[in-house]
This record gives sequence, structure tokens and C-alpha cells, in this order.
Amino acid sequence: MTAKASVRIMKRELGFYFTSPIAYIVIVLFLIATGWSFFSVFFLHGRADLRDFFSLLPLILTFVIPAVTMRLFSEEFSGGSYEILLTFPVTTLDILMGKYLAATAFAVAMLVPTLSYPLFVDSLGELDWGPVLGGYLGTVFLVGQLCAVGLFASSLTKNQIVAFIVGIAICVVLTQVDQVLFLFPPFLADVFQFIGTHAHFGTIGKGIIDTRDLLYFISMSFVALYFTNLVIENKR
Amino acid sequence: MISVKNLSKYYGTVQALDRITFNVGNGEILGLLGPNGAGKSTTMRILTCYLPPTSGAININGMDILENPVKIKRLMGYLPEFAPLYTDMLVYDYLKFVATIRDLQPDKKERRITEMVEICGLKDVIHRPFRELSRGFKQRVGIAHALMSDPEILILDEPTSGLDPNQIMEIRSIIREIGKKKTIIFSTHILSEAEATCDRIVIIDRGKIVADGTSESIKASALGRHLFQMSLLDASFSDVKGYLGRIDGVDEIRRVAADSPDELKVQFICSNDNRKEIYSHVRKKDWFLIEFTKEKGSLESIFRELTVSDQSAVKGKNRTPTGRKP
Repeated sequence: MTAKASVRIMKRELGFYFTSPIAYIVIVLFLIATGWSFFSVFFLHGRADLRDFFSLLPLILTFVIPAVTMRLFSEEFSGGSYEILLTFPVTTLDILMGKYLAATAFAVAMLVPTLSYPLFVDSLGELDWGPVLGGYLGTVFLVGQLCAVGLFASSLTKNQIVAFIVGIAICVVLTQVDQVLFLFPPFLADVFQFIGTHAHFGTIGKGIIDTRDLLYFISMSFVALYFTNLVIENKR
Repeated sequence: MISVKNLSKYYGTVQALDRITFNVGNGEILGLLGPNGAGKSTTMRILTCYLPPTSGAININGMDILENPVKIKRLMGYLPEFAPLYTDMLVYDYLKFVATIRDLQPDKKERRITEMVEICGLKDVIHRPFRELSRGFKQRVGIAHALMSDPEILILDEPTSGLDPNQIMEIRSIIREIGKKKTIIFSTHILSEAEATCDRIVIIDRGKIVADGTSESIKASALGRHLFQMSLLDASFSDVKGYLGRIDGVDEIRRVAADSPDELKVQFICSNDNRKEIYSHVRKKDWFLIEFTKEKGSLESIFRELTVSDQSAVKGKNRTPTGRKP
């Protein structure tokens, strides 16, 4: 793998995102959903924080990220362009990393407009920036993980709709498993709680940056990317 | 120098290539010839490191394709069968991406793109998205894509398909021009094209190589046979086959498409020139003979001979001039 080749592929993928209407639709839907989750309770609670925004963010991303990643491999497979891509002097890993970085960069760019919420809150009251910055840091890691999962879903099929739904299914399990922990026997509940993103995301969101949580996000992303690489190697 | 040794490829349980062996020298233009589904595209996809071979070894300039795929891919330009490319991309953006990913120097990129646009006649479509292009233009973008990095080895899968006759002539002359310095492998099912452009021809059928040599040598090896064509009226194929097939020296009688419905056109493959005997047999029947010609040993007829049916393929392979003549 060479960084140069990955960056070239990333640039082209980002170019695709910003020239296709789907990307803008996804951004608009994301901003509507986050805006609603933020403002619907903000004035009711009357608190100068972004807790409600960050508590709903994983669920919103669960649906938005697979929409961002669904085309990455599926489109190449269905259009036959995967053949061309592989006959360029690059490895499958270059392609994978290029696409992963592009999706993550796009998703992070999508978060930028939401910075207006903390700025808005800060103008109304005393905002504690610690948890906000922690929340955004956690979100970046979460986005990285969900993009890796979405990429994996996209590598499985040539059908973008299938990739979208499979992506949502895996992301729902990861982000929402903590809601159904009571269904599992205690020893399994611990395991599932660890696998789920909620606890790790929550800790970072409180402003506590624990290397264990960062390691969780990094290793989960790594596992998803590893399996994606296996799949695309075997797709040839 | 490309050397392919005992290359086999299975798709699941379907065998696409069966122990293919051939070599291509530097600066040689090799034509891969074969009917649809013979394994031409599969061979090319393996050569370009897209598909992994099931077994066998391929060595390009001393490097094994499984060990050095990226280095080998750098040497190659590839035009796939259906230049599928990226439907939403503008032609210019696509060529620029190709130039970038193929490691062209930044200062040379623009010049090379302009050159490619000129050679392939893409000036009018350069700012159009790929999906709006006609088949011929798509093919030309594919050719520009393959030539972009001025590669040492060019692999072109049916480069002239979808082009009009003028463009076909242009592309052939481009291939011949480039082939003076570069190694080219290209596939086609148009025989005259292979004959006109290639230094050497490999004919593939059902995953096997059935002939390998210059068009002259392939023709010469087929000269041991005689091909006659006959058109009859008021005759049925089964009668003709049963009656004339017994004549000594007639190996096979095949029906070919006739000009009108009541005409029967058949082809004789004979081991000696026994036209006299055939004619005297025909005279004894109530058939009207309207045409009886000897076919020249064109590559077309040899190709048909080698690839039309199981039987004929086997026969064609065993029939060498020395082996046939008594």
C-alpha cells in the first residue's frame, strides 16, 4: 500500500461526492434530523448544553452513514469499473483506504455545519465547551467506525439498496444494542455493552478521553476494514 | 517478453481456460482470435492482474504476475471489453484521473491529455459526461485510457468493436504504429483485422489454443485440405450428405447459409481434390447444380474449421499436411 495511491483515490471519490446530487440530499437530511433533535427540546429543557444533540446523533448517523458509503463498492461492481480500477497500478488496500478516507472525510465535513449549534448556545448562555469538544471528538471516531462498517456492507453486493440496508442493520446493532441489554444473561450483557458504541461514545462525550475508548473505535474500524479487504480480494 | 505457461482458469466448476501456453516477444503484435466465449477476455484479464489464475504461471519481463502485480500493472495499458469506465465523470476529468493514478509527471499531464484527445479524436466530447457518449466515443475514451501512460505493453480487448469503418482503419493504423516499438496483445473475432494487423495469431477455442503462428503458417498448415462449395436446387441436405459423403476422400459435408430458401449450399472438406468424382455422382441424381467452386484457404475458413464444432476442432488440429498426405 502506498499513501500516494490512496490519496489519489480518495480525491477522486470526494470529487464524486461533491458532484452528485445524492450527497447533497444526504447532507440536507442529516442537517434537518440533527437540527430537529437539537431544537425540539432545547427551549423546553432550557439548558445551555448539547447533551440532547449528542444523545440522538448515533441513531441519526446509523441511517445517514450507510447512505454515504453504499455506493463506494456496489457501484464499481455493478458498473464493471472495478475491473478498470484494479488494472491501475494500485493494490486493493490502496483502493479500500482511499474509499474509506473519502467517506470519513465527507461525513466529517457533514458535521461542520452543526458547529453552528454550540455557537448559537454559547451566544444565549454559558456553554461549557469541554463536553462539546469531547462530543465532537467522539463523533469523529464513531463516524470512522460506521464508515468502515458501511464500506464492508457495500463490498458485499452490487446492489446499492442492499448495501444500504445491510449497513443500517449492522450500524443499528452497534449503536442501539445498549437499549436491549436486559434481554441478555448478565455475562453476555457485559460483552454486548462493550461491543456497542454507546458506552464508549458516552464517556468521550462527557469530556473524559480514555485510551480504552479510543482503542475501541480504532480496533472496531480496523476489524471492519480487514473483513472488507478480504471480501474485495475474493471478489476478483 | 510475456510468457504464459499452462494457464488454467476455472469460474467455480466451469473451465474457462485449459492449460494455455504461449509467448509474446518484445515489440510483437499478437492477435488473440476466437469465437465469443472462447476465453480471450479471461486470458487478458489474467494478464492484467485483474483475475487470479487457477493454475499456471505468467512471467512478464522476468516478473511473476502474482508476486509483482503493481509493477507489472505499471507497464501495461489495458482496454477492457466494454469500456465501462465511470458514467458520471466528464471525459476530461476521467483522463486526468488516469494520468494521475498512472504516475504521470504533473507538468507532462496536460500535454499528454491533449495528445490523447488529438490521437483519439475526442475534442468534441471532452466536457461531456461519459454516459452521454455513443458506443464509438466510449471505445475511443477507452483507447485513450489505455495509451495514456505510453505503456510498454498494451492489452486491447476488441479495440475496434463499435467503431465505424473509418475509425477502425484509424485504430488499426494506431496499433500498427505503436506496435513498432511496443508489445501489443489484442483480441478480435474479425479475422481480416487479425490478418492485417498482427505479427502472429493465436486461435483459442473453448479455453484451448488450437493454432499458433503467423497467418501464413496457419494457412499453410491447413493446406493439406481442400474446401469446395456447392449449391444445389431440389436437393435435401440429408440426401446429399448420405450420398456424397460416401465418396472416397470426402471427410465432412457441412451445410452453410444459402442465398435463397430453395437452394442448398454445402461445403466439402476433402483430403484430396476429388471434384471430378463428386460431380459425376451429382450427375446421377436429379439435382440441379448451380454452383461448384473451390475455396481458397482463407483464414476465415480455417477459423471456422478450427472452431465451429467439437468434431471439426479435433479434426482440424490433427490434420497436419504431412499427416494427411498418403
